[in-house]
Amino acid sequence: MPNMTSDAPMIEARDIRKAFGANQVLRGVSLQLRQGEVVAVIGPSGSGKSTFLRCLNHLETIDSGHIAIEGETLVTTDAQGRCVYAPDAELRRICRKTGMVFQHFNLFGHLTVLENLIEAPMVVQGLSREAAIARAERLLAKVGLSDKQGNYPARLSGGQKQRVAIARALCMEPDIMLFDEPTSALDPELTGEVLRTMRELADERMTMLVVTHEMGFAREVANTVAFMDQGELVAARPAADFFADPGHERARAFLRHML
Amino acid sequence: MDYVLSLLGPLAQGAAVTLKLFAITLALAVPLGLVLALARVSRFAPLSAAVNGYIWLMRGTPLMLQMLFIYFALPFVPVIGVRLPDFPAAVAAFALNYAAYFAEIFRSGIQSVDRGQYEAAKVLGMGYGQTMRRIVLPQTVRSILPPMSNETITLVKDTSLIYVLALNDLLRAARGIVQRDFTTTPFIVAAAFYLIMTLILTWGFQRMEKRYAKYDQ
Repeated sequence: MPNMTSDAPMIEARDIRKAFGANQVLRGVSLQLRQGEVVAVIGPSGSGKSTFLRCLNHLETIDSGHIAIEGETLVTTDAQGRCVYAPDAELRRICRKTGMVFQHFNLFGHLTVLENLIEAPMVVQGLSREAAIARAERLLAKVGLSDKQGNYPARLSGGQKQRVAIARALCMEPDIMLFDEPTSALDPELTGEVLRTMRELADERMTMLVVTHEMGFAREVANTVAFMDQGELVAARPAADFFADPGHERARAFLRHML
Repeated sequence: MDYVLSLLGPLAQGAAVTLKLFAITLALAVPLGLVLALARVSRFAPLSAAVNGYIWLMRGTPLMLQMLFIYFALPFVPVIGVRLPDFPAAVAAFALNYAAYFAEIFRSGIQSVDRGQYEAAKVLGMGYGQTMRRIVLPQTVRSILPPMSNETITLVKDTSLIYVLALNDLLRAARGIVQRDFTTTPFIVAAAFYLIMTLILTWGFQRMEKRYAKYDQ
C-alpha cells in the first residue's frame, strides 16, 4: 500500500445511491482513495462505474450518501434522509481538487492545444498568461506534445487528443485525477501512448481513480481493483490479489470473459 | 445613360436612409438577440417562457404591423406609452423584431455545442458565465453564420417597409421618381443598389465563414 501518513482519505464515498428515473444505477457504493493510490474501477457496461465517477466531482448529483474530498464534505445526507450539497462556491472549490479526463476528450475545439491548457488556469486561478504558458509548456513536454501546441484539436490523433486532455487537467494542478474510460474511444494502436502517460503519472504518486476496460493497466498500474456490477461495488482488492481471485462469483465470470 | 446618372444622387440619398436603418437595427438586434437567447436557454423556467412568448409575438405578427403599432398606438398605451418620431419608431420595431429572429438563431447555435464542452469547462472550475462567454458562445459562431447571413440579407430588403411611415428609403425614393418621370428605370437602378448591398454582405459573411472554419481543419 502507498503512503498512508495523511489522515483523511483523498476521496471518501459512502453509500452512494443514484437513480435515473426508475433505473437505480447506484445502489449504495462506497470507496476510499488514499494519497498516491491508483484505483481501477472495472465492470460490465451499464454497471454504474462512470456514473459513480461523475458523482465524485458533481457532474452528476446523488440521491443519497456522503462524499468528502480530502476531508472536506462535498455532499452528505442528513438524519431525515435529505441530500445536502455544500454551498455553490464551496462546491466548486472542493471539486477543483480533482481533475478529470473524459472518454471523448472534450477538448475546446476553438482553442489551440496551448490555449486549451492555459484557459482555466488564467480564468479560474487568475494566473498570468506567462505563468500559465510556462506551466502548460512543461506539461506538454511531459506528455510529449510540445510540437503540437499551436495546433487545433481537430488536427490531432485520438491518442494525442487524450494526452492533451490529460495535460489540460494537470495544468490546474489537481491533487486527484479521475479518468472516465480514457482509452475506450481510441483505436487499439493508440491506447498505448495514453496508458504510458497515465503510468508515468502513477509513478509520480498522483492519486488516480480510473474507470477502464484495460485489464493490463488495472493489473500492472493500479494498487487496487474495484469491480462494479449492477450498481454495486461487489469486490475491491489489491490488484495482484484481485487478478488471482476476485473473491466474488460475478467478478470471476467477468474476468474469465475479459482475459 | 445620362438619365441613369441623374438618378444616382436622389437614390443614394434613399440608400443612405436604408443603410442607416439597417446598421442601427443590426447594432441593436444582435446584442438584444443574444440576451434573449441566453434567457431562452436559462434553466429558470419563467424567464425562458417569457422569452418564448416574446419570440412568438414578434415572429407571429407582421413587422409592418409592429411598426405601425409603435408609431401610432404606443403613445396611447398606459405606463410605457411614449411618442416616438418616425425614424426612431421604425428602428425600435426593426430591432425588437429582428432580435427575436436572431435569438432563435443564437439558441440553435448554443444548443448545437456538445454537452461535453460544458462538462469539461465545469471540471476545470469554470462557472456558468465563464463557460458561456469563453467556451460555448465562441463555438457557436461558425454554425450561426449561414443563417445570420440569410437573416441579414432579408433585413436589407425589409427596410423598404418604412415607406409606411413616409420615410424616404431607397425604394420609396425610386418610386417617387417613377411616378414623376413615367419610366420604370429608377426601379432597375434601385434593384442594382440592393444587389450591391447584398453582394457586399454575402462576401463579408463568406470571409467570416472561412475565418471561423480554420479550427475545423
